[in-house]
Amino acid sequence: MEELINKVDENLLNEITNYEEIKKGAYNIRKNGQGIERKVTENVNIITKQDKPGINIYVKENTKFEFIHIPVIITESGLTDLVYNDFYIGKNANVIIVAGCGIHNDHHKKSQHDGIHRFFLEEGAKVKYIEKHYGEGVGDGKKILNPVTEVYLKKGSSMEMESSQIKGVDSTIRETKGVLEEDTNFVVSEKIMTNGIQTAKTIFDVQLNGDNSSTHVTSRSVATDESKQYFISKIYGNKKCFAHSECDAIIKDKAIVTATPEITANNVEANLIHEAAIGKIAGEQIIKLMTLGLTEKQAEDEIINGFLR
Amino acid sequence: MLKLENICFERDNKKILDNINLNIDTDKFIAITGPNGSGKSTLVKIIMGIEKQDSGKILFEGKDITNLSIDERANLGIGFAFQQPIKFKGLTVHDLLKIASKRNITKKESCDILSKVGLCANEYVDREINGSLSGGELKRIEIATVAVRETKLTIFDEPEAGIDLWSFNNLIEIFEDMRNLIKGTTLIISHQEKILRIADEVILMKSGKIAKIEKPEEFLKNNIEDNTKCCKINKKN
Repeated sequence: MEELINKVDENLLNEITNYEEIKKGAYNIRKNGQGIERKVTENVNIITKQDKPGINIYVKENTKFEFIHIPVIITESGLTDLVYNDFYIGKNANVIIVAGCGIHNDHHKKSQHDGIHRFFLEEGAKVKYIEKHYGEGVGDGKKILNPVTEVYLKKGSSMEMESSQIKGVDSTIRETKGVLEEDTNFVVSEKIMTNGIQTAKTIFDVQLNGDNSSTHVTSRSVATDESKQYFISKIYGNKKCFAHSECDAIIKDKAIVTATPEITANNVEANLIHEAAIGKIAGEQIIKLMTLGLTEKQAEDEIINGFLR
Repeated sequence: MLKLENICFERDNKKILDNINLNIDTDKFIAITGPNGSGKSTLVKIIMGIEKQDSGKILFEGKDITNLSIDERANLGIGFAFQQPIKFKGLTVHDLLKIASKRNITKKESCDILSKVGLCANEYVDREINGSLSGGELKRIEIATVAVRETKLTIFDEPEAGIDLWSFNNLIEIFEDMRNLIKGTTLIISHQEKILRIADEVILMKSGKIAKIEKPEEFLKNNIEDNTKCCKINKKN
């Protein structure tokens, strides 16, 4: 494959991951709707799908502590990129997968990436999945990201997902679905910041289908200016299971945040908890940091940066 | 170093502070005591700029700070430990100590200061300052954040409030060592005999006024013998 990484691309890659780190393990870099660089390893194979855009990633059983990077960058204004990536994680494998999308749009047309990622974990597999979304550019063309993540956990497997969208994305609808079998654990931690007139909608849907399955869904978000955020969390406890869903939002200016928790226990042994808190930065927090010598603005920035870290 | 002139503060037609005049010298350890509602907390909040007086003037090292903001006063060298330490989701103990010290202190330096306030440093330095910490732990962290600043004037608003006796007994040792830990002048609101005893002077407040300023021996003699006279001094500790 031809190497097509320029300075803008490298900056975008560094925003969503670390460009130098990418090359240490298996990787596939997609730019403007096409794969441009790929490396496979002894344990990780990456194959281009034949029926639709995207790739299949196969991790051999018992693979230990390998990194897999599959970043996407879009620098072409007016492009809508739809991609299907499926991850097949073998028995007892333990890997870290870093994905994400960076959009650079200096023009007037919208740039959009819809990434549909499905994870199939075999028995005893463990995955840490890190996903970061970022937008930049001086044009007024919209930067739109709509990621879908589906996670299927077989007996004894677990997945930890960290997703963040801190800057520059005009509109996003993020859907995360989990289907959990016996003795599985799915931890999701999401961080979102919106400003201007950006909108972000997050939908979690977790089915706890096996005994001793558990999930912990945490969303921390900051909404400023006139941005809008919606947080919808649906958790179904169908067996003896545990779930904790937590939505914590800081609101500023004329922003709007809506949190809709929905927990359904279909089994008497299901233990489900939901917490949601939305509010402005506590005045006492700002005062405390001002007594340490920060201005009001510096105090607010420290509080928000800490909250979203 | 600190001079209060004719400080008045009134809310809901009640005089919280009634014409307070006070002079505090450099490198003194001054305790303020008095019954609830006597205006102690309001007075120290006015010194820090957290509350704004209705009238009166505040001079700090000869400079008129009456109209300065909280952060401007902080940067001139005034520190303030809150009665109820503030919690922060996301900020760690190390983050707060870095902000307080105004430089990129290392974790080792953070650990050293935490050890001085009686915390097993490695267990705490990366902890978030949230509800998982106990009242005693939060108090110690609060003290660490003011101690690390090495301010010329450090104010403590009732450090013993809200912590159990066991934690307080440990905390008192820290205050006994305060002159080494906190540089400059210390102004501390307290009802605890052990703290009053180590002060250079004890200021007694009653109904928004300074009732008297005495040496601790004299004050304790007068007030413990008949603690109904003015305020209740806690002798237990």
